[in-house]
Amino acid sequence: MTDTPIPPAPPSRLRRAWESDLFWSFRHAPVAMASSFVVIVLILGAVLAPLIAPHDPFSPGTLNLMNGFTPPGQANAMTGDIFLLGTDDQGRDVFSTILYGMRISLFVGFSAVLLAMVLGVTLGLLAGYVGGWTETIIMRIADVQLTFPAILVAMLIFGIAKGITPPEYRDEMAIWVLILAIGLSDWVQFARVVRGATLVEKNKEYIQAARLIGRTPFSIMLRHILPNVLNPVLVIATISLALAIIAEATLSFLGVGAPPTKPSLGTLIRIGQEFMFSGEWWILIFPAVTLLALALSINLLGDWLRDALNPRLR
Amino acid sequence: MLAYIIRRVFQSALVLLVVGLVAFSMFSFVGDPIDNMLGQERTQADVERLRQTLGLDQPFVVQYWRFLEQAAQGNFGQSYRQGRPVAEIFLERLPATLELAFVSGLMALIGGISLGIFTAIRRRGTAANLIMTASLIGVSLPTFLIGILLIYLFSVELGWLPSFGRGEVTRVGGWTTGFLTTSGIKALILPSITLGLYQMTLIMRLVRTEMLEVLRMDYIRFARARGIREKSVNFHHALKNTLVPVITITGLQLGSIIAFAIITETVFQWPGVGLLFINAVQFVDIPVMAAYLMMISVMFVGINLIVDMLYFAIDPRLRVDRTAGGH
Repeated sequence: MTDTPIPPAPPSRLRRAWESDLFWSFRHAPVAMASSFVVIVLILGAVLAPLIAPHDPFSPGTLNLMNGFTPPGQANAMTGDIFLLGTDDQGRDVFSTILYGMRISLFVGFSAVLLAMVLGVTLGLLAGYVGGWTETIIMRIADVQLTFPAILVAMLIFGIAKGITPPEYRDEMAIWVLILAIGLSDWVQFARVVRGATLVEKNKEYIQAARLIGRTPFSIMLRHILPNVLNPVLVIATISLALAIIAEATLSFLGVGAPPTKPSLGTLIRIGQEFMFSGEWWILIFPAVTLLALALSINLLGDWLRDALNPRLR
Repeated sequence: MLAYIIRRVFQSALVLLVVGLVAFSMFSFVGDPIDNMLGQERTQADVERLRQTLGLDQPFVVQYWRFLEQAAQGNFGQSYRQGRPVAEIFLERLPATLELAFVSGLMALIGGISLGIFTAIRRRGTAANLIMTASLIGVSLPTFLIGILLIYLFSVELGWLPSFGRGEVTRVGGWTTGFLTTSGIKALILPSITLGLYQMTLIMRLVRTEMLEVLRMDYIRFARARGIREKSVNFHHALKNTLVPVITITGLQLGSIIAFAIITETVFQWPGVGLLFINAVQFVDIPVMAAYLMMISVMFVGINLIVDMLYFAIDPRLRVDRTAGGH
């Protein structure tokens, strides 16, 4: 019997991910770890809102108007109920409305970024790979749109969409219109970066090889170029997410976003602002702090990701 | 150089034409103007007559041309909601926005440049680090939250400053100004901080980065070696060369100050064009929306053009590059 050395088992997928450069830099960046912790906790809170939230703020049956304006952590003088973060004017638990509001904020944010990303990456690939008139038209439109701040473009799209939808559907459609408005206002960043990267990639040898063996342009763009331009897209997507969440909150705060029947964080802040003068600060401050925590930690995460994925900085 | 300027002017005109098309399409596709102008009781003859007087029976291109013609003369029709000429409403509201934009722009510029220089020169100091961290939070803080927090602190808790409106205004010809009364100036403070803070952090970070780059250059080291005083090196040699990008960005930010004034004006119920626009979006008042869009784009395109030319005037290297390169 001879001892055959046992070959070491190939590292599992998880193990390889853990040991990758990206995770190495993640494990050595306390700010990134802290902010991703905050983001994960907030997202979990939003996703699990129906399970965690002590009250369902949108079913009128569980509301008690007598509970209105209960300060945080104190027993209501009339009913004796205690609410962690207090209640608003209608006796809704602020903690629960924040959890549900975050659902809408995050949903709109993620969907808008997804829309912007799909649109921007597609147009950027097309512009970079096809060139010619297609490129000129796409990039000119991008230039014009870039002249205007995204939030203004989103407002305009919201206004126009509102004009087109019949009044009885407006509240229902508001969320989708928001996604459309923010998504359409934000695609330019993606398109510009992807176009630039595509221009570099398309002259490399592996693309020429793919072309020679008869791959269709569509398949070259999707299977060969796209995977190689994804890094910057990921960075922009993260930063865009923070911007989209802020944009959504801003629009909702201005009253041209999520309706009071389906409040997002921005709508909650709008509602809370009315009670600021009469001393019920908790209706305003808690949603505001949540929004700030969300936006700040996503921003910090994006900052870290940009540095971590940038080979020049290694 | 002349060719470049002509090309830029041409491009700008094209952008305005496209924006005009968007503004015009809003009229054609969002709601029927006839519906908006005639009430419930109308006959087919009324509709036809109005269609003819409004020129709605003409082809699209003719209508578009007439819209541009009217817009160039400042005529955007009647506000659906207020029933008054849009141009009149705008002229009434414009001074409030311009005064706000002017004060906050000035604040952002002065504050941003001086803080930027400070944080660049004292790069390792505690104060500079503190300012940089604060600026990161400032960038993440949405404009409307800054406004609300300022109101909460200075109006509700301390009661020092008013939380809404322009205060007492004085009429000077066709212009209304808040600069001449104490209440007017007091009312300006919080909104202009709200509006200017973000731009200030932006300018500060930019000046700091540029300044750090420039300070690493050989000619700065050489100036130091020649024994020129530190102050003179920093402000005379270094600062001058950081100003080119600062001017560009500041110029472009001027446009977004006007746009972001929408948010500030809503928070403080400031009676400017931004508040007018947001109300127009809420009530789908198309003529006001279209006019605002046109006004903003003329402003943006104009600013872009001026900034580009300033670039030429300031940086002699560009003159050679652009004309030789052809692009």
